[in-house]
Amino acid sequence: MSLAKRIIPCLDVDDGRVVKGVQFVDILDAGDPVEVARRYDEQGADELVFLDITASSDNRGTMVHVVEEVASQVFIPLTVGGGIRELSDIRRMLNAGADKVGINTTAVNNPGFVRQAAEHFGSQCIVVAIDAKQVGENRWEIFTHGGRTPTGIDAVVWAKKMADFGAGEILLTSMDRDGTRDGYDLALTRAISEAVPVPVIASGGVGTLEHLADGVIEGKADAVLAASIFHFGHHTVQEAKDAMSARGIEMRALDV
Amino acid sequence: MATVAVIDYGMGNIRSVSKALEHVSGDTKVIVTHEAEEVLRADRVVLPGVGALQDCVSELKRLGLDDVIRETVRNKPFMGICLGMQALLNSSAENGGTEALGIIPGEARHFAAQLKKIPGTERLKVPHMGWNQVHQAKAHPMWRGIKQDSRFYFVHSYYVAVKSDSVAGATTPYGFDFTSVIDQKNIFAVQFHPEKSQHAGLALLANFLSWDGTH
Repeated sequence: MSLAKRIIPCLDVDDGRVVKGVQFVDILDAGDPVEVARRYDEQGADELVFLDITASSDNRGTMVHVVEEVASQVFIPLTVGGGIRELSDIRRMLNAGADKVGINTTAVNNPGFVRQAAEHFGSQCIVVAIDAKQVGENRWEIFTHGGRTPTGIDAVVWAKKMADFGAGEILLTSMDRDGTRDGYDLALTRAISEAVPVPVIASGGVGTLEHLADGVIEGKADAVLAASIFHFGHHTVQEAKDAMSARGIEMRALDV
Repeated sequence: MATVAVIDYGMGNIRSVSKALEHVSGDTKVIVTHEAEEVLRADRVVLPGVGALQDCVSELKRLGLDDVIRETVRNKPFMGICLGMQALLNSSAENGGTEALGIIPGEARHFAAQLKKIPGTERLKVPHMGWNQVHQAKAHPMWRGIKQDSRFYFVHSYYVAVKSDSVAGATTPYGFDFTSVIDQKNIFAVQFHPEKSQHAGLALLANFLSWDGTH
């Protein structure tokens, strides 16, 4: 094996600004997504995820502008999620410079959309985002609308179906762990990762650098996503890579 | 002023490729075009692409760019990226068999099918996605300033199997060593995405802009 595991900082963007209070040590106001993206790029982030949480569709165009700006300065893969409902939304984001789009609620409402999108643009750019909550022993269900709406669909069954429909990657978030800083739901991550043939990104609950390594070693994730441990300047991406390397995980070094 | 044409046939990440080239272009002008004349006039040419090979090849043919590419690869520095590499082959296993441009003898094969044949690799994820090592098979001006086994960003479900090992400019290990670079005379084609491979990727693109097409 020499494919490196990936570290992916996630930025929530609301009407063109990064929210959840990003605060780098030496930058007072880092709400500018381009500034934040550049900083993570310098620290060695392997990819970036932008989540458009803008509620009003009037402001969706702002995200296109953000992606264009970031893509002309930061040369690593960019994934954009949130508000992807039609093929034209995907086309717009890819044209702006995104490499992949994350599809969540629309996939649940209309699974055929994932198949259509994969046929049209290729599986390599279709990421299906799954928000899962534990409902029993080794049983998880998927939720939509930011984790508020239950669907009754089994998460493992759903993940397999989405991979069958052409999803090139699964972004898996544990709703139980999100925001807790208790670490990923490793049983969930492992269950999904072992069930699907495509890469899985673990998300939700990271509080320490050890949690990132756990996501790969115990959760069998191909990539680990985190927000707040990087945003608040507690840790740099490089520190995270050092910690993961120390646990024997193959990581990308920053030098050419 | 020297020019580099990025062939735009309506698929994939043209903007990312042109932005990355502009970032390192210096005095070279970056032109994004589907006009045959502009491609033929350019000093060097890039064929990018992501998605399905069938769509790629049929769009190139519809725009009359297949013959332009055949002409270009005869006499000027040419870089294929990802699907733009696979398009140079004879065919692809995609969609049960798709004919490509037939410039480099070889075919694109499905990764998962090959990994299933090798004990212990059945569970490797496909698409092959992320930063993997590129092992330079021989010295080349395109590798200037880039360390042996540097990591580049890959995302693909099909891999290139060339007829002749002599055109394999680099290999990458994923279950087995596959050809990640085709190097034949003035053609340099890569399976990975230099436009998304940060420092190493930008260095490769910069090298392309100063490469004269010889070794």
